[in-house]
Amino acid sequence: MSSIPEHCPGVESESAGKESACQGCPNQSICASGAAKGPDPGIALVQQRLSSVKYKILVLSGKGGVGKSTFTSLLARGLASDINRNVGILDIDICGPSIPRIMGVLNEQVHQSGSGWSPVVHQSGSGWSPVYVEENLAVMSIGFLLGSPDDAVIWRGPKKNGMIRQFLSEVDWGNLDYLVIDTPPGTSDEHLSATQYLLGGSQSGSGTVGAVVVTTPQEVALLDVRKELDFCKKVNLPVIGIVENMSGFICPKCKVQSEIFPPSKIGGGAEGMAKEYGVPFLGRLPLDPRLGKSCDSGEHFLESLPESPAAKSLTQILDGLISSVENKMETD
Amino acid sequence: MSGMQGVKHVILVLSGKGGVGKSTVSTQLALGLKELGYKVGLLDVDLCGPSVPYLLNLEDRDVHQCDEGWVPVYADQEQKLAVMSIGFLLKNRNDAVVWRGPKKNAMIKQFLTDVCWQDIDFLIIDTPPGTSDEHITVMESMRSVKCDGALIVTTPQAVSIEDVRKELTFCRKTGIPILGIIENMSSYVCPNCSECTNIFSTGGGQALAEFAEVPFLGCLPLDPKLARLSEEGQSCLKSMPNAPVSESVKSLVEKIANVQLKV
Repeated sequence: MSSIPEHCPGVESESAGKESACQGCPNQSICASGAAKGPDPGIALVQQRLSSVKYKILVLSGKGGVGKSTFTSLLARGLASDINRNVGILDIDICGPSIPRIMGVLNEQVHQSGSGWSPVVHQSGSGWSPVYVEENLAVMSIGFLLGSPDDAVIWRGPKKNGMIRQFLSEVDWGNLDYLVIDTPPGTSDEHLSATQYLLGGSQSGSGTVGAVVVTTPQEVALLDVRKELDFCKKVNLPVIGIVENMSGFICPKCKVQSEIFPPSKIGGGAEGMAKEYGVPFLGRLPLDPRLGKSCDSGEHFLESLPESPAAKSLTQILDGLISSVENKMETD
Repeated sequence: MSGMQGVKHVILVLSGKGGVGKSTVSTQLALGLKELGYKVGLLDVDLCGPSVPYLLNLEDRDVHQCDEGWVPVYADQEQKLAVMSIGFLLKNRNDAVVWRGPKKNAMIKQFLTDVCWQDIDFLIIDTPPGTSDEHITVMESMRSVKCDGALIVTTPQAVSIEDVRKELTFCRKTGIPILGIIENMSSYVCPNCSECTNIFSTGGGQALAEFAEVPFLGCLPLDPKLARLSEEGQSCLKSMPNAPVSESVKSLVEKIANVQLKV
């Protein structure tokens, strides 16, 4: 990784091997010859490594802070509540990884093993008993590789892409049924790399790759999320559906609901956007401060507050999502 | 850096975390400084998710070419608030900008060199979340233009603070002075019963400022009216001067104006 020059234009770039930053790079002549422009050998590696994973779900949003990591954790935990499913979470937000905190494994480190990195194994149920409890929820994030919470990952695209390739091809997940991938906001390097590696040149990832798009109700978020839907269309990434988060807040005192992030009057909010783009609307998750708190402390929200309105909405959303994915797998 | 010659002060608005209110703070700061009589420029370097044109109600506007480069979009008749964003260059507001780093960097460099800001007192640069291409490119360009410092925006909860700590490290490593931390979405007052709820926790911004030994510039309460106003391109100082959020914005604008006067 450290051998990549800081201003590397990227091997697919027109100026690969020809920029001043390329001077002295051991790969300069290869890049300049255009040989590196062919299909990334990483694609085959990733395809091989993840070939036994039944379904890969990318959690996307054009907008930041809408709850991608929160939803990723809830989805993964929901999937893993069935002990017969082996679930992995991969956090490819390189500059702002939130998964370690939300999953309650903040101070864990990953270990290098003979077959790659072993992800942190998170037991279902209570407590850690690595010998006796079924181990069916694994987590990988760059957060586990940082020495301190203050460490910043100040990397340009090519270095982030290299890390994502390593995450997708070198983590020893064991026998996974589901891989849920949490992403940063935007439509740039991380998203392009992840989809290229996962789809591997096939038009739709042979029915085993899909995206869940998370948004909040207000227009300033929808504006960016429509760009993400446009991105999915451009790269042929199937969209499983759209989830609206933080929709409506119920005052803990008077129980009256108010719109903190009001949807715009025209267009019909997230549901209207789903219709407009012809993708399923999976449901609304109300704003519950206790959900935020459980993310901060890494607790299992569905287990600690199963009777809350947010948990009930969530259960519905997850049921719809999981059955849609499993139906898709059966028909393919 | 010809376009930057007449720019007196440059302020970056940063946050490691997305959706914390960088663009809202940037636009309200720009509008507030304009209300104080300054000439202001606002540059949006969030290329994949530009929010500034929408927040200033300028989505239907275009940039034009002149001999010196790009003419920014002016938000007012008196031409005291100049705005540049990739949003003005897109044919359709829903089009995705699917670009890797090098293309984003080239665009940002162009924004910093080819826009004719003319003589402005403040250039506020609104950024995307993270510590990657956009930030490195802006920071490198700041070597030839003096940057007064960065305003760091956060929300109170730990998940957000964690990413913002990384942004503080970025500023320190790259030598950008930190003007201070603003905590946004601090508390929410129920419109029905006036009960105040700390939806996204509370006190995280202040605690971070103390921990990092940087100034704390105040809390902005969560007020849906502010979001509505922003969409009309209005300064909250003008349209709702008595709201608690406006008092916090006013204090922020004055602090920034004062910091700059001393420099």
